[in-house]
Amino acid sequence: MNKMILDRRELIRAAAGLAGMASLGSMFPAWAQATSKGIAPTIGTLSGEDIALTVGHSEFTTGGKSGHAITVNGTLPGPLIRLKEGQRVRLSVANTLAEDTSIHWHGLLVPFQFDGVPGLSFPGIKPGETFVYDFPILHAGTYWYHSHSGMQEAMGQFGPIIIDPAGEDPVVYDREHVLMLSDWSFTHPHQLMTRLKQSGGYFNAQKQTVGGLLAGKDQPLKERMEWAAMRMDPTDISDVTGSAYRYLVNGHGLEENWTGLFKPGEKVRLRIINASAMTNFNFRIPGLSMKIVQVDGQHVEPVEVDEFQIAVAETYDVIVEPTEAQAFGIIGEAIDRSGLVRATLAPASGMVGAVPKLRARPLLGMKDMGMDHQMPAVLDLSQPDTSADHGSMKMRDPANAPGVKMSPAVATISPMPADRVGDRPTGLENVEHRVLRYSDLKSLTPHPDAPAPSRSIDLHLTANMERYMWSLDGERLSERTEPLAFRHMERVRINLINDTMMPHPIHIHGHFFELVNGQDAAKQPLKHTVNVLPGGKIAIDLTADALGDWAMHCHMMFHMDMGMFRIVKVRHEEGAPA
Amino acid sequence: MKLYLLTSMAVAAIAQAAVTLPAQAQEQAHDHQHDAAAPEAAAPVAQTMNQDAQQMDHGQMDHPSMDHGSMHHGQMKHDAMIGNMPAPKAPNDWAADAIHGQSAMAAARAALFKSTSDTISHMVLAEQLEYRASDAGDAVAWMGRAWYGGDIDRILIRSEGEAKINGPVEAAEIQALWSHAIAPYANLEIGVRYDIRPQPNRSYASIGIDAMLPYWIETESAFFLSDKGDVLARAEFSHDMRLTNHLILQPRVEFILSAQDIPEQGIGIGLSDAEFGLRLRYAHTPAFAPYVGVNWERKFGDTGRYARAEGESRSSTNFVAGVRFLF
Repeated sequence: MNKMILDRRELIRAAAGLAGMASLGSMFPAWAQATSKGIAPTIGTLSGEDIALTVGHSEFTTGGKSGHAITVNGTLPGPLIRLKEGQRVRLSVANTLAEDTSIHWHGLLVPFQFDGVPGLSFPGIKPGETFVYDFPILHAGTYWYHSHSGMQEAMGQFGPIIIDPAGEDPVVYDREHVLMLSDWSFTHPHQLMTRLKQSGGYFNAQKQTVGGLLAGKDQPLKERMEWAAMRMDPTDISDVTGSAYRYLVNGHGLEENWTGLFKPGEKVRLRIINASAMTNFNFRIPGLSMKIVQVDGQHVEPVEVDEFQIAVAETYDVIVEPTEAQAFGIIGEAIDRSGLVRATLAPASGMVGAVPKLRARPLLGMKDMGMDHQMPAVLDLSQPDTSADHGSMKMRDPANAPGVKMSPAVATISPMPADRVGDRPTGLENVEHRVLRYSDLKSLTPHPDAPAPSRSIDLHLTANMERYMWSLDGERLSERTEPLAFRHMERVRINLINDTMMPHPIHIHGHFFELVNGQDAAKQPLKHTVNVLPGGKIAIDLTADALGDWAMHCHMMFHMDMGMFRIVKVRHEEGAPA
Repeated sequence: MKLYLLTSMAVAAIAQAAVTLPAQAQEQAHDHQHDAAAPEAAAPVAQTMNQDAQQMDHGQMDHPSMDHGSMHHGQMKHDAMIGNMPAPKAPNDWAADAIHGQSAMAAARAALFKSTSDTISHMVLAEQLEYRASDAGDAVAWMGRAWYGGDIDRILIRSEGEAKINGPVEAAEIQALWSHAIAPYANLEIGVRYDIRPQPNRSYASIGIDAMLPYWIETESAFFLSDKGDVLARAEFSHDMRLTNHLILQPRVEFILSAQDIPEQGIGIGLSDAEFGLRLRYAHTPAFAPYVGVNWERKFGDTGRYARAEGESRSSTNFVAGVRFLF
């Protein structure tokens, strides 16, 4: 934008770009334009075996204000890439930025050298260069793509992917829409990070107050004192909040009201993707029941819910069946309730779904602090006190996490982390309608009987929120160059233990893992990203079936950037037949 | 404007929740009974929640709530089958080197590791920049700090002082420190302090701790050894009390102690000075907050007698107005 000297080729390209924009009449690809009839197979969508993508600077406008974005093919979100299971695809990505870029195909199983993580899968794409990704499409589902370089993803470099199944789709629907949720700041992500380094609670404008105490809100005094004595803030739900972010659906803020059309009686498939940098959302469509049919691109037995929480980088496909010719509000509410975005599902454009009031900001509890305080003794005093078995109840006892390197980077260790796979997520514990729990998910088709894990690993998610430091096992990637090593085809139980009071969506590249969620082993759902609730733990079973080097990290962008990141190496065991 | 709207929406939502919460709690209790095979009509909410917890942990048979009960049985069986094979030796090679070449990958790999290393950041904080109204003559006073560096090690500059409006700069000090994180909530600060005023000016070696204490009490305490061999100590404590999310009341105390009499500086042995401030600021954003307050100072012991001998009073009370900002 600020470049004053343009060469002729750039001028021609710019003119062509303008003409293209004029013909589209919008800064958005067709599927993301303000009103969408649904995804037509050919319009505004990139399909086929050769696809060209260009990463560049764009201007992005929301709420009447414009800012600088980094985009794919000039739009935020980027174009929908729609492919078919079984095909091959060559994606040429041209970089017009002055810095390196990359694209990671989030959830797609690809050879490691095409996974798009600079420094791990490939060298990255230098300014002016084009990199060709070339891989077969092995499986169907809803996925997305995004930059794995610098802060580009937080500035808009992402888009959706749909892979249509080779055979019959087990999901029956008449119409479909992609809903890509994101968070947008007019402040540069680096400036947001500087603020967080200056003060970990900088963006939290919903702390507990004396005014609230006098009005009888939030924690009573005794509890406030107990939390303050531990230097813990029960309102510390999100690092960056609605005080800095505008929340978007398909690049449209609340005012722009993205609208997806339907005819009453149709089965409408919504493919919901959370492309946010730092925001987990509570998702609901007041007045409509949602049938969840796919999670992270993998089919599940349908579950009817009224609301679910979608962590950063997760995807959920739902079927809704609106029978009335009325407008429905599609609501993505930041989990700390500091803001929301409304889009609309309506029979005609121009209709507006209602915006519900923001609900009360939730408070974290003892369980979020890693104290599984449900003490059977409360009910049955005749039982012997078993708390001694659980080790120390101190908030930072190294004995409770022998694998963690203790340093100022680790402020707390959960003394008694609960398995939270069956819990409702943060802030939805007490809402009056049906809320999805991970334990509700069952894979639609049973997977062939996998062997029991040959070993288990504890991985602690660690932090010092006051200093705004994030790590795994107390060490950031730059300090722990030792990778997580797996034998090829080895099955390993990984216990993700959250020693912080924030949820962490943990993503493992190149693999789907099974969530150990209480369902039969053959029905455990497959995921690429799992949200580990505050102070709790979740177990996953990973079969290391993809040779190569892979990234594993928290998908909260700033957490990843601070080093909450590990390298996973999968190799044939020495001496084993290759 | 947007903030105001959000705040008022949040307030409305909280008010609504206050009214509907008991109903929600009941609904939740109902939910759990629904799960359980044997509903117990009037179970208190807390107890019902505990049941749920019990089922999670022990799969209690007298409440066979299928979901959780069976879940944990399944899991236990599973857990028992997990092997204890040792981890494989970590490979030394990098998979991408074989494809893109070692030289092409090395720089990118270094950049990846570097991107997750210590983030260099900075802050300039004017904790106090204020006008002090006093019978003894109005003054301008400041107190602030600036740092540059990573999470563990930082260069830190501190400064504070006071200047009479129609008179001289009475006190001005600057410290140059190395700040090193020694605990999750504490930094060790080592460096030098130079007092430009009062004269005769002094240089000190300084060692101190900056920490966040329990109950969110911030403290800065330091020992100073002067170029004349004198030892002084200073301790400060403050707390930000949120009346609302924008209105913050900050009580602050400071004590100065001396290990010896220093007549030429007007300092006596023991507790020399104490200061208590109470400031109410309006933080429109955390980065900018105008405030008003009151500041009370008193000199003790010989320090007080030295002040009296100079014709100054031992204690003073000032009304203050200023601005706190950071960038």
